[in-house]
Amino acid sequence: MSLGQRVSSDNQLTRLLQIGVVLEELVESRAAHHLESLPPTERTAVDEAVRELLAEAATESADHRERLEALIEDLEAETVPYEEINALVDAQYGPPEDTDGVLYDQLANEETAYKFYDDLIEAIEASDAEFAIDRDRLLETLTEIREDEREGVEDVTEIMEQRA
Amino acid sequence: MNTADQYLKAIYLAQRIEEGPASTGTLADLLEVSPASVNEMVGKLEDRGFVDHEKYKGASLTDEGLERAHNALQTYCIIERFLANVLEVDEFRDEARALESVIDDTVAERLDTIIDRPSDCPDCFDPERDYCERLEVGPDGCAD
Repeated sequence: MSLGQRVSSDNQLTRLLQIGVVLEELVESRAAHHLESLPPTERTAVDEAVRELLAEAATESADHRERLEALIEDLEAETVPYEEINALVDAQYGPPEDTDGVLYDQLANEETAYKFYDDLIEAIEASDAEFAIDRDRLLETLTEIREDEREGVEDVTEIMEQRA
Repeated sequence: MNTADQYLKAIYLAQRIEEGPASTGTLADLLEVSPASVNEMVGKLEDRGFVDHEKYKGASLTDEGLERAHNALQTYCIIERFLANVLEVDEFRDEARALESVIDDTVAERLDTIIDRPSDCPDCFDPERDYCERLEVGPDGCAD
């Protein structure tokens, strides 16, 4: 058991970045599933803002995934292909009841991603380990992604407030 | 998972191993810390109402402590199962131990949406071998 939040090795860093990739793949896949899961009558009723939000979330997650994959590649490791995660989402997916359910799930996605990157950045900063990739580049990438996630939380919250 | 939750999880596992109160020595071994650190943290957990501590016997979880320990162990099971089944890591037990302090409960809950976890989790966790006895791969990551 390891007490204390710090990242102390390339292996540990790689695993955490791989988890980040999976979280992004989850967002991407769930966003796609949500849109497909809504019955046709509901689908037309979903206002344009929600549709746009889900599409943007999927695009942004794909971008984050690519940036994380570039770091992982430099650590000479591999990531789980999107298709595999999509298949796992398929197997366990329970569609939300309505549009509000979709938005709550999306909010949970964004908040979870933000918390993950925030903890990861803190754990890297708390460590004086030397990694096989440039620390500044690593922290810069993660900080930018965390900022996107923060904005994502705000975007979902805004739409939820408008619908309330 | 924060340090307090890691301690509560260790007390829960130690109680199962020892079939009684968790001794300081067992907790120090499980947590890889000194007995003095264990005593200090157990005192704090007692003040917070999570643990009852009896001198020369050891620490026992209160109902509130038990609930938190259960949640912490579930989070740990999610991490182990995710590493073994999704990332296909052979040394999933070692790596779960190294990662648990950095992975938050909310993150584990998201990962839980893609893993097939038994409904009676975490009762199927084997404290002696430090892994879920119903995990499809063996303790060393090889298929049974």
